[in-house]
Amino acid sequence: MNADCRPALTLRQDTVGALAAMQTVFARDMKVAFRQRQDLLNPLLFFVMVVTLFPLGVSPEVSFLREAGAGILWVAALLSVLLSLDHLFRHDFDDGTLEQLVLQPQPLFLLVLAKTAAHWVLTGLPLVVLTPVLGVMVHLDGNSIGVLCLTLLIGTPVLSLIGSIGAALTLGLRSAGVLLSLLIIPLYIPVLIFGTGTVASAAEGAPAGAYLALMGAFLVLALTLAPFASAAALRISLFNG
Amino acid sequence: MWQFFHKLGSPKWFFGIAARLMPWLLAGGILLLMAGIVWGLAFAPKDYLQGNSYRIIFIHVPTAFLAQSVYVMMAVAGVVTLVWRMKLADVFVKSVAPVGLVLTFLSLFTGAVWGKPTWGTWWVWDARLTSMLILLFLYGGVIALDRAINDEKSAARAVAVLVLVGVVNIPIIQYSVEWWNTLHQPSTFKLTEKPSMPAEMWVPLLLSVLGLYLLFGWLACLRMQTEILLREQRTRWVKDYVLAGRV
Repeated sequence: MNADCRPALTLRQDTVGALAAMQTVFARDMKVAFRQRQDLLNPLLFFVMVVTLFPLGVSPEVSFLREAGAGILWVAALLSVLLSLDHLFRHDFDDGTLEQLVLQPQPLFLLVLAKTAAHWVLTGLPLVVLTPVLGVMVHLDGNSIGVLCLTLLIGTPVLSLIGSIGAALTLGLRSAGVLLSLLIIPLYIPVLIFGTGTVASAAEGAPAGAYLALMGAFLVLALTLAPFASAAALRISLFNG
Repeated sequence: MWQFFHKLGSPKWFFGIAARLMPWLLAGGILLLMAGIVWGLAFAPKDYLQGNSYRIIFIHVPTAFLAQSVYVMMAVAGVVTLVWRMKLADVFVKSVAPVGLVLTFLSLFTGAVWGKPTWGTWWVWDARLTSMLILLFLYGGVIALDRAINDEKSAARAVAVLVLVGVVNIPIIQYSVEWWNTLHQPSTFKLTEKPSMPAEMWVPLLLSVLGLYLLFGWLACLRMQTEILLREQRTRWVKDYVLAGRV
């Protein structure tokens, strides 16, 4: 890795409060990401390609695609988030930044939350932005596309948050990528079920509010619990607990 | 009470207790399981709808029961690992995770065998089946993570975190798949209600559940003893134990 791509992290302990530290971590992750733009594009390309495989591999029929489209997009988004999770802590782990982060006086779970937020802005959010285009390609109607975007907007942060636990647990292990998928996919299943369930019920004309509220509940639960679990897992991976 | 708690942290002490408990667990387990299964397979009345094919319940329900409660036990042990750093708790998690995996697989397998004559298909994407399948994945993940980390202590703590994250997720998985799709009948035993089947059916079922619990206790003790011997192989008491020719 090119060293000057990665600015050092500076959080002076006496002056920097927790919120300011979160901002610093977030801003640094953004800066690092925009200096390596290809890494940003890869999950999006993957998303588009996986979606392309379904009409080619299963059936290009409009009726099939309209039926399965939301599910295909959700699965593709899930896989592409999964693929990008390896980057969440890996580079910082390799160059020692992560150790510095853990040693900061600010609570680690807040810093992890900032990193996860940056990860979502860089991968989850672009997927949501791209969804309408792909939604049209799989012949979803306008209403379904709207609801689908909404579910992905609520759902992808949950994916990033749960994923951060897996990324922290598998840090520095051999074959971490496969292991990460094994650990995380079972935990993604409820999000997937409710994500596609919302679109399906909206397509039948039922109000999607209840489903969306449940997904919001998932988001709140993940937001409150996942950073603690990832912080604990990071400490374990770095310093044996 | 606290003395007992501290003693429980000592692998050597547990090794001795386990050795004394194991014959009772094994004998009780075999006795109850045999009684439950023979009663259930040979003497319990036929089901008016399913005929004899329902008798697989006497194997299916105990394995499914154990599969879930082993995971809960692992989660409790995970909390103990993280909070008190007790060595035995993580020996327990490591030793029983493969047992839980096998039990989950058995309950899925017997369920499939039962499903074929009853529902006409080996597999349906039903709530209960799907959530058991996810439980199987969770067990697999726990075992894979444990094997992937070389350092014993970090493996123990990482696995504890994973098991706890999984246990938060289990009710969510349960309800999500339940609302999503359902065919499986509701639970046989509930704490608050009388079973919905006649006593000649549920008594042998209860016997085989209890028997399998005891057998699981025996197997857990055995596997934990092996793990303790491996981990403590450099200590004095293990050397004495092995030199005395007791292994």
